[in-house]
Amino acid sequence: MEVRVSNVRKEFDRFPALRDVSLDIRSGELIALLGPSGSGKTTLLRLIAGLERPTRGTIFFGDEDASNRTIQERNVGFVFQHYALFRHMTVADNIGFGLKVRPSAKRPTKAEIRRRASELLDLVQLSGLEKRYPAQLSGGQRQRVALARAMAIEPRVLLLDEPFGALDAQVRRELRRWLREIHDATGHTTIFVTHDQEEALELADRVVVMSQGRIEQIGTADEVYDTPNSPFVYGFIGESSSLPVKVEDGQVWISDRPIGLAAPDLPDGEATLYFRPHDIELLDECNGCIAGTVAASRRVAGTRRVELEIGGGRERVEIELPVGHPAAQKSRVAFRPKRWKVFPKMAE
Amino acid sequence: MTSAPAKAGWRFRQPSVIPGFGLTLGFSLAYLTLIILIPLSGLVWRSASLGWTDFWAIATDRRTVKALEISFGTAFIAAAVNVVFGTIVAWVLVRYRFPGRRVIDAMVDLPFALPTAVAGIALTTLYSPKGWMGSLLAPLGIKVAYTPLGIVIALIFIGLPFVVRTVQPIIEEIDKEVEEAAATLGANRFQTIFLVLFPGLAPAVITGFALAFARGVGEYGSVIFIAGNLPYISEIAPLLIVIRLEEYDYAAATAIATIMLALSFLMLLVINLIQSRTRKRYG
Repeated sequence: MEVRVSNVRKEFDRFPALRDVSLDIRSGELIALLGPSGSGKTTLLRLIAGLERPTRGTIFFGDEDASNRTIQERNVGFVFQHYALFRHMTVADNIGFGLKVRPSAKRPTKAEIRRRASELLDLVQLSGLEKRYPAQLSGGQRQRVALARAMAIEPRVLLLDEPFGALDAQVRRELRRWLREIHDATGHTTIFVTHDQEEALELADRVVVMSQGRIEQIGTADEVYDTPNSPFVYGFIGESSSLPVKVEDGQVWISDRPIGLAAPDLPDGEATLYFRPHDIELLDECNGCIAGTVAASRRVAGTRRVELEIGGGRERVEIELPVGHPAAQKSRVAFRPKRWKVFPKMAE
Repeated sequence: MTSAPAKAGWRFRQPSVIPGFGLTLGFSLAYLTLIILIPLSGLVWRSASLGWTDFWAIATDRRTVKALEISFGTAFIAAAVNVVFGTIVAWVLVRYRFPGRRVIDAMVDLPFALPTAVAGIALTTLYSPKGWMGSLLAPLGIKVAYTPLGIVIALIFIGLPFVVRTVQPIIEEIDKEVEEAAATLGANRFQTIFLVLFPGLAPAVITGFALAFARGVGEYGSVIFIAGNLPYISEIAPLLIVIRLEEYDYAAATAIATIMLALSFLMLLVINLIQSRTRKRYG
């Protein structure tokens, strides 16, 4: 089922949580809403589910305007961060709940509900736990039950709100891979919210990066990582270093020296240079480079992170050096970013 | 871990490394013995001096049986009514914000604080055939004061806070997400409340019922004013005990008391068993 969010705005007590958000989700896609807390990602998810009503704008399921549909009519599967299982029901009853509450004309028989529940338990790899109560399961198992329960109603869209947020790192990684497999097997259109970029980049077909109630960028993992379109995305996804620079005559300048980076399309004026600490080349002699003195150096797994003071200590950037590189010990290092982007000051 | 081999049956659970287990357990046992066990065993001891045949004669006396029936019957009905309406009151107090909510919340505790005799007199005045409420009910042929119905009303009044105060915190704990989950799964409001929310409240409701029931069985002050105290009709067991005491028939008084004790113990035991079963599942 395609989902189209069109110019949606949501205010809580006049405070805008979402400002004019539009988003097209293709059928069968696995989409991640990624952003820091307060970016509006959960609000967007809850609007799609019908758990909140938009202040303005429309949400389409396929061609149908779902905005005025009740939660019950929307037929969405929603998985909560803290599972929200019914603790007085067995695992099988939890999964069958969505079928049991259907109006009698559309309700499957009891045997059919039971069959469907154990089928879904097989799918989420919890066969044999039908009779358990949620309190008797581990966090990871509970979240699997919650997912099975959401899928039991054959939802048009599957929505997951920080589904792995309450689990420890090990279980998280495991469930991440497993969710991808489930998605590929069932083909549900799936939207999940996360603040963990690793999770979003690894799992999703497309990532929607959000900040302060707006969508900053929509793209595949490669697109948002390699070509971030805003200072926020550059700073939020992956590691980055930034430096205040000046653009003049299509060249990037630090203080009064050009650093050998051409920026022909940018207007003259104050700007900020962004680059990845590992995407640099070290230079022996400096004619057009960024140069600085080593202020701190620390070993990070297979590489060495060096903090450089640029321009007499007013600015610091981080770059990555091979462990054995002599520059790590030298007090002065010259380098030039290989992949970078300059954003004019006002864009921030 | 202890190195002692695990034995079946009763065993002390290893106390934590923080000291105080011996002291607190000793204190608890001594305290409970002093406050509860000694008086109760004195009661049983005294009635045992009666001899079995005499005891049986008092126990099966029609007046005693009727009084016990009335005491336990009215307490049961009152507790059942309180479960329904107490839960609704607790629900409203937790779920909705309205002017005067705090005042009403405080009012729930009044039956705790009010001297029961005052409550009894107030209710009697209201429900007597010439009273405010009684005069409205009289044309309908409903007599409240001086009937078992009056006893039930007094016990409802007395028992309400027990249900409200036990259920209220559990309703506060209900996770909004559970309701939302039920809604996304297609459950309407009615189904959400009766299939999801209320079953989750069951343990608290049972506790509230047990407390209100136990309180109702033992209630004396408020009931004797409204009940009319007609033997075989509206005479409660605690009153019968007092009557026997006033006749200096201590043996009979303790015998009735012992029967009440046994019955109360039995009912609380059953309630606790039901409770531990529900707790074990999803506590």
